[in-house]
Amino acid sequence: MAGVLLSRTEKVFIIDGVKDEYRSDGRSTIDYRPMELETNVVSHASGSARLRLANTDILVGIKTEIDVPKPDKPALGKIDFFVDCSANATPEFEGRGGEQLANSISNMMQRAYQSPQAFDLKQLCIFEGKQCWKLYVDILILECGGNLCDAVSLAVKAALFNTKIPFVKAALMDGGNIDLQLSDDPYDSKLLDVGSAPLLVTLCKIGNKCVVDPTAEEEKCSSVSLIVGVTGNRKYYSDDDTEELPAFQPKCSAISMHGPGSITTTTLRNAINQGIIAAVCLDEALGKTVVRERRDIEKFKRHSYGFLK
Amino acid sequence: MPGPDLLSSQGLRLDGRRPNELRRIRCKLGVFTQPDGSAYLEQGNTKVLAAVYGPHQASKSKRSETVVVNCQYSMATFSTGERKNRPRGDRKSQEMSLHLRQALTAAIKTELYPRSQIDIYIEVLQADGGAYCASVNAATLALVDAGVPLRAYVCACTASMAWQDGDPAPLLDVGHVEEAAGGVVLTVASLPSTGSIALMEMSHRLHSDYFESVLSRAMQGCRDIEVNIT
Repeated sequence: MAGVLLSRTEKVFIIDGVKDEYRSDGRSTIDYRPMELETNVVSHASGSARLRLANTDILVGIKTEIDVPKPDKPALGKIDFFVDCSANATPEFEGRGGEQLANSISNMMQRAYQSPQAFDLKQLCIFEGKQCWKLYVDILILECGGNLCDAVSLAVKAALFNTKIPFVKAALMDGGNIDLQLSDDPYDSKLLDVGSAPLLVTLCKIGNKCVVDPTAEEEKCSSVSLIVGVTGNRKYYSDDDTEELPAFQPKCSAISMHGPGSITTTTLRNAINQGIIAAVCLDEALGKTVVRERRDIEKFKRHSYGFLK
Repeated sequence: MPGPDLLSSQGLRLDGRRPNELRRIRCKLGVFTQPDGSAYLEQGNTKVLAAVYGPHQASKSKRSETVVVNCQYSMATFSTGERKNRPRGDRKSQEMSLHLRQALTAAIKTELYPRSQIDIYIEVLQADGGAYCASVNAATLALVDAGVPLRAYVCACTASMAWQDGDPAPLLDVGHVEEAAGGVVLTVASLPSTGSIALMEMSHRLHSDYFESVLSRAMQGCRDIEVNIT
């Protein structure tokens, strides 16, 4: 985020405010700014979502393909993240300008989704050792207003929740090859279990405290930020309330640090705990929204806005 | 040359339109706050975002007596039926960028901004035929939103050729299914208020006797689009 100019007194105001847990827009240290989310926006994709958090605009499309599983993990499917920084966001991203940022985000997502406790790749298996689904998660950054990682992880989880995978109707064995017949009825498809998929929370260190979802001004006052990937609670994403789920314990599936500064171990420990609390709140809010949206789609109640709103 | 059956016996096309009908156009200006001008345009199932930055100072190597129009066309990896591996940089996108630049340079009053540059970025979110036309139309709207002085609106439209009971019937605003059927596709970008053509491109072959009628159908489409988006 370039272009924000702050005087020294303004910085002191923000830093002293955070010390006493006051922020200039009235939020607490674990509050996010209001967001807009819409799922099912791209009809060519198996699942899609668009998320707008302040000035950050993310569009996620998920495509599915049949692939051969890796020989060392025959029962697991594959998931692949690709981030594209559109030049619409800023002219600096023209040509290959956004590649570095894009790679850092996609690597972070890949790491957060790697753990089997975060996302169960077994559900993508078709034929053990022979065929599996490969999910291509394509993330398009349309506008860049800070806090990209958090927005991307939210949009990806919403899009995965929206993803439909066709059922396999029949399989023909021909020698060593398998020929699959997929159902072409769009309603004859299975949904993914994404309840435990991780959310990324960026914590910005200001003074000795950390805040989530920093504004551009707050980002200017901070030298280092910590990104925590926290697994989600499946309870918020299941349709029927009667299903018995094991007691939920949020787990960190990835941690990374960005920026030139350093952080003490006490602050780090506090920051991780704060990140987990923020992620649990965020996960509950996201779960409620996407479940409500799915019910509306099923009842044809929802009007699709896309970018026309 | 009896082409594939693009018209039913009732004279309707594969998606239910009559030969001279456009797909539904919906658009919005000022979708984003950071660019100087932005627009979103839907033409049927083709969805395009355009952003304009500038006019701003051009880099030293690019400076000239007229404004430099810099275009970049990219397609989202999930925009097509089959997943694309690269959003931009392939030959097709580079060619599209060049064509966009040609059509838009014809419309912009380039002499007003010497030693400056205007950046126009196009992002195709969903491609269902006529992505180039939707891009040109969206870019025009984004330029209007940015307040860049234009000679005239530039609008683009495609036309194709079909046969009904042995009579030629040119089709307007070709969709992906009709494009894939392998008939002729004539793309025209024109300045409808002056009646001039900024860019024309044709693929496949067409008898020269029918060229005039297909071209006039495409020009009519451009005029219709101008009425629609203004």
